[in-house]
Amino acid sequence: MMELVDNLGTGFSTALSLQNLGLCFLGVLIGTVIGVLPGVGPIATIAMLLPLTFKLDPTGALIMLAGIYYGAQYGGSTSAILVNIPGEATAVVTTLDGHQMARQGRAGIALGVAALGSFFAGSVATLVIAALAVPLTKLALLFGPADYFSLMVLGLAFAIVLARGPLLPAFCMIVVGLLLSTVGTDLETGEERLTFGMPNVVDGIDFAVLAMGIFGFAEILRNLENPEVRDVARTAIGRMLPTREDVRRCVKPVLRGTFVGGLLGILPGNGAVLGPFASYTLEKKLSKRPQEFGSGAIEGVAGPESANNAGAQTSFIPLLTLGIPPNAVMALMVGAMTIHGIIPGPQVMTKSPELFWGMIASMWIGNALLLIINMPLIPLWVRMLRVPYHLMFPAILIFCCIGIYSVNNSPNDVILTAFFGFFGYALYKFGFEPAPLLLGFVLGKLMEEKLRQAMVLSRGSFTTFIENPVSAGLLFLTVVVVIVAVLPSIRKSRDEVL
Amino acid sequence: MKKLFLALCVALGFAAAPAGAADYPTRPITLIVPFAAGGPTDIIARIAGEYMSQSLGQQIVVENIAGAGGTTGITRGSQAKNDGYTIMMGHMGTHGAAKALYPKLKYDPNKDFAPIGLVAGTPILVVARKTIKANTLKDFVALLKSRQDKMNEAHAGVGSVSFTTCSLFNGIVGVKPTRVTYRGTGPVINDMLAGKVDYACDQIVNLVPQVKAGNLKAFAIATPKRSPALPDLPTTTEAGMPEFQVSAWNALFAPKGTSKEIVTKLNQALDKALSTEGARKRILDLGGVIPEGGDRSPEYLGTFVASEVARWNKVLKK
Repeated sequence: MMELVDNLGTGFSTALSLQNLGLCFLGVLIGTVIGVLPGVGPIATIAMLLPLTFKLDPTGALIMLAGIYYGAQYGGSTSAILVNIPGEATAVVTTLDGHQMARQGRAGIALGVAALGSFFAGSVATLVIAALAVPLTKLALLFGPADYFSLMVLGLAFAIVLARGPLLPAFCMIVVGLLLSTVGTDLETGEERLTFGMPNVVDGIDFAVLAMGIFGFAEILRNLENPEVRDVARTAIGRMLPTREDVRRCVKPVLRGTFVGGLLGILPGNGAVLGPFASYTLEKKLSKRPQEFGSGAIEGVAGPESANNAGAQTSFIPLLTLGIPPNAVMALMVGAMTIHGIIPGPQVMTKSPELFWGMIASMWIGNALLLIINMPLIPLWVRMLRVPYHLMFPAILIFCCIGIYSVNNSPNDVILTAFFGFFGYALYKFGFEPAPLLLGFVLGKLMEEKLRQAMVLSRGSFTTFIENPVSAGLLFLTVVVVIVAVLPSIRKSRDEVL
Repeated sequence: MKKLFLALCVALGFAAAPAGAADYPTRPITLIVPFAAGGPTDIIARIAGEYMSQSLGQQIVVENIAGAGGTTGITRGSQAKNDGYTIMMGHMGTHGAAKALYPKLKYDPNKDFAPIGLVAGTPILVVARKTIKANTLKDFVALLKSRQDKMNEAHAGVGSVSFTTCSLFNGIVGVKPTRVTYRGTGPVINDMLAGKVDYACDQIVNLVPQVKAGNLKAFAIATPKRSPALPDLPTTTEAGMPEFQVSAWNALFAPKGTSKEIVTKLNQALDKALSTEGARKRILDLGGVIPEGGDRSPEYLGTFVASEVARWNKVLKK
């Protein structure tokens, strides 16, 4: 315990130096801005800023880059709530209830809850990293390919619960998402699959392309069709801060979201993506008013947003303790450390304690700064909803296009996004939900990779999924989730028959 | 007609070259790195770019165009204007193994480029999970041969450095282990730390911390000399496998037809950068190997690429 206090002392004295504090502020500010701008993601931003950090000392540089990452997670919820565009895979869930709240004139409250929930989750996760990073590393190593596959199966079961309407369309959307994830180069053979000779999908469809298309572009098409809908938001902006009742309803979802998100964030291979989905499922199942979910339930914003931010913080654990980056942004951080002559790995903690603990302390400071930046901005964001359509839509479209172009510097990606825009509009017209599709897409790639690895390692025996205790437990949980999700609807249809 | 057009292009090229080349460069130069930012090739490109721009007097801007084992970015680069303002960082994969791996490759590593010079290579190590019952390369090879059907080798995808170099290693040992494919080096190391897979071949940069911490066992380094980053690790020659010599080299190329003056200028800037203390230290700290003397010339790179294409063709087409 004393050691922890000592270490945190080292950390805070490093992170609170004037230069590092300034860099932390700069990082979270840039992060918030790119998070809010639809389409511009942290990967492109960090890659662009990487050369600028050459001149800084490594601790300061990493504090700033980390700030951009979790600042973007924070800001991403703003565009999800206000304009129904998830900037990151982790913000998809927030669109479900967050945007509905905005349509009901409760955008301020949704943003406030998201900010407060994220701050709480970020603070807890920072403490967890400081106290338990080393033992938790074992958890990351516990998960082999078979266990990972089972975790993804469980994730897909969440998607069924996510759906607002009947189960069959949701199931279809998951399958379409899984199929879209198979586009690209085959992992084992290196052969192109379903690419139709198009060079820009050789490495698969980019998440940003799909998400901006079926959410961003499609949302604009939808709104052009019936412009009167948003008048609700224009006239009644409503309260900015949550009421006592709102806060009471959010306490438990925030606590649960922090736990679930933090736990999944530790897993390598981008387990953090599952956090918000898991939290949403959990809240919907535990809620006394599950029918409110999907039409503006505050729990559906508070839980997933907390899970999202907790996961963003704990995903630093494999990077800091093992030197293994769990996702593309972390891989960039590895690059940033290496460029500065610090090769990430188990020795970072002992060899450069200022860097290790300084970065952890800066995460808490960064979260506090984010709250200070974001709370006063909420009225401004909400007022942005008043910007007339003929100004807002072109602006959103331009930002989306710039963002998508910057991912791979490829104009073809922008055209592909436009295609998915029409696809998303068609889905809306036929009454299909895009969220399960996106979940299927996100999980599909990992799922295929892990399934094939597990099967190769077991020399083709399916029993590997049951022989592994972790995997068996997750599969059991999946069965439970599916039964719980499907039973009521079976009962209902029988009631209708009788 | 086509000939006339070509002749015209050449004539125009000559006419334009002296004026362009004399005061080249007058604006920033784009350096295409065909991999995601943060990887070993990207880091070496950024270090070289930073020091080269000091002597060129113009910024070198790195543009990452990742995809298809680096061939997407190199294809784009090979089609760029050959005015010296677009150059690219090719490597062992894009200018060696790619020809054997991608039958529909849109460029010819031997013909479509004006070689500038080798930048740096990162040596390859053979590593295994720490619980494996072997401590030397000899023991390991014996174990590999006796338990061939039980062994799992992990690599970061067809076309990756770990895939091609381990194809070479397995070929030399004469085994066909089960090869498990991952997306990237990170997950490979993760599952090897956890003991789920047995061994891999990879670039020294990615492995040094784990080997130093004793989390992975390294058997040998595939270079003629030991690396200062891991001084206790024997070379493959010392360990009894001199045939296994390979490093993930990186080199600068311009699109074909780039004028000789410009190539010379860029080569001189590269040569100067590689002799600068700061750049040397940063590359050596990564475990990288810097070419010396004649190995830095454009001509050497040209013949080297030809030999690499032939070598990987033999290894991978088996």
